[in-house]
Amino acid sequence: MVTSLSLAVGSLWNRRFVAALTVLAIALSVFLVIGVERLRVSAKESFANSASGIDLIVASRGNPVQVLMATVFGVGSTGPGIDWDSYEMVEALPQVAWAVPIAMGDNHRGYPVVGTTPEYFEHFRHSNGRPLAFTSGHSFSEEDGAVIGAEIATRFGYEIGTTVVNAHGAGEVAFDLHDEAPFVVRGILMPTGTAVDRMVFVSLEGFDQLHAEKTKSVDPFAQETSANADPVEDATDSVEADHHDHAHEPDKINAIYVGLADRGAVLSIQRAISEYAAEPLSAVLPAMALIELWSITGAAERAIVLMASAVALAGIVAMVVMLSASLEVRRREFAILRSVGATPLRIFSLIVLEAGLVTVAGLLLGLVLLGALTAILEPVLLSRFGLQVDASASLLREGWLLLAILMAGLAASFVPAIRVYRMTLADGLSFRL
Amino acid sequence: MAVIDSGAKVLNVTKLEYAWKKGDVPVLRIDALGLAKGERVFLRGPSGSGKSTLLAAIAGVVDIPTGSISVAGTDVGQLRGGARDRFRVNHIGLIFQMFNLIPWQSALENVLMPCRFSRRRRERAGADPKLSALRLLDELGLSDPALVSAPAMSLSVGQQQRVAAARALIGAPELILADEPTSALDEGAKASFLDLLKRECESVGSALLFVSHDRSLERGFDRVLEITEVNKAW
Repeated sequence: MVTSLSLAVGSLWNRRFVAALTVLAIALSVFLVIGVERLRVSAKESFANSASGIDLIVASRGNPVQVLMATVFGVGSTGPGIDWDSYEMVEALPQVAWAVPIAMGDNHRGYPVVGTTPEYFEHFRHSNGRPLAFTSGHSFSEEDGAVIGAEIATRFGYEIGTTVVNAHGAGEVAFDLHDEAPFVVRGILMPTGTAVDRMVFVSLEGFDQLHAEKTKSVDPFAQETSANADPVEDATDSVEADHHDHAHEPDKINAIYVGLADRGAVLSIQRAISEYAAEPLSAVLPAMALIELWSITGAAERAIVLMASAVALAGIVAMVVMLSASLEVRRREFAILRSVGATPLRIFSLIVLEAGLVTVAGLLLGLVLLGALTAILEPVLLSRFGLQVDASASLLREGWLLLAILMAGLAASFVPAIRVYRMTLADGLSFRL
Repeated sequence: MAVIDSGAKVLNVTKLEYAWKKGDVPVLRIDALGLAKGERVFLRGPSGSGKSTLLAAIAGVVDIPTGSISVAGTDVGQLRGGARDRFRVNHIGLIFQMFNLIPWQSALENVLMPCRFSRRRRERAGADPKLSALRLLDELGLSDPALVSAPAMSLSVGQQQRVAAARALIGAPELILADEPTSALDEGAKASFLDLLKRECESVGSALLFVSHDRSLERGFDRVLEITEVNKAW
């Protein structure tokens, strides 16, 4: 074994330039395969963590994935919105521990703005049940109070006391600024690695005030709406006729985050909400919606994994090419080794050992490159994409992937090794050379 | 003179017939050829007379369909694959016309190569095969540590041939087969190399079958054979 190892190392060193290129090809394959795997797992974790403390999301009837994407990740919309009466109905359900109203539809420089109550910051959980924490400041108690996610604070350099102006709609380009009603940053959240980092939270009162003003004076369609039986006004009347337990009761909200006292009751609560007669509602289980989301994105995910695997295969093929191309040059070397006693099996094992060394070197280099690049890009990945790349998250799967690449490398080396095994001594060694 | 034990034959070739392809005219047809222990034989003949083919057959590089070749009491033709490779390294030292050294290995590593694969050669090389290799290289005129540790490809032709000889001699195999080992050397180096080779063979007790077309080299051998006397196919 020692002889084979020293021969393999010596032979590789003798062909170090080609061997180094092959190691690099395998390293890049490993880098890509494991990198894609880590990003995939991190993205999934980031998504799952973003809704980890919520048992149900209530919104107007619609697709669960659409509801999840709109309310938790601020992507898309929830549809027509739900009446405040519905919120009070949900809040009053016996097994409901807490219910937080969510109003959406505005953006701040492309980031979604969420109108909510201070309870949001008490009940929202992320990353395996961790509560939200403030880097500085606190939750808002004033109508013009705002709390901003970590990414927004970092990207725009916002501090406590900074005035922020939101815009109507979800687009990045703002045509309709709410500059008549700016908000003042009262709190900055610590990074969570979730969509919360990229959100601006404002008081529900402030959010609603803004839109009430718009509806009455600015919105060109408001007149037309009023001309026909105004549903918003009707709803307001209805709410006003009911309870007035809350400090502020907006006409409409987009969703309700619900936490249950008893999670076993989730299906019965879901059914009760679905059967609510006053308006059509959906009660979405975030975990189920995520599963549905993964099934939608699965094809793309598989395509990416497939492409990464194809690159890994290319790396392995490069090694086979290197070993095979060197065979012709090394026929004499193998024959000399046989003339001094190396058996065909020993030569076979020498080729496989060389392939093993190249593959292992490629694996290690790939992991080092990935580790280094992850360390360098970690802040960007976290701030721009909300991805906390954690190597330990998929250690087992990565282990299997690395083992698969190693095995593929060794198996691939069998092709040239068998060719060499079949070479007779006379093939490479003539007494008359 | 070498000590020859005529009773113990290191090489015994009987009724050998060999053709490169089945059905072709044989290139070797040898009724009997023997080498005694420690004997040094010069086999002379022109190019294409089957000298190298005979050495290839004795070394087990080619399969012999007819006849037998016995080396150190073992019929080489009966051995297959790895067993033949192991037998070769245990009992035969080969010196090729073009040296056949591993180019990226040092001179010392090349000399030690048979000891890596053969326990018998390792044991016969003494307690420390490395010392034995250094001694052989020294006696063959390669004592400079820089040369000993230099890659074989950086050595001169004469130096490479000395390394090849040391590799064949280490561990004292019973039989040394040398195929025109001096053809790449100049006249002065030829004589010097041949003297060294014969002396070392005598020193380690190996029989030597030296083939060449160069009649000027035949002095000092125990026997000189003409290939036409041996090979009836020629």
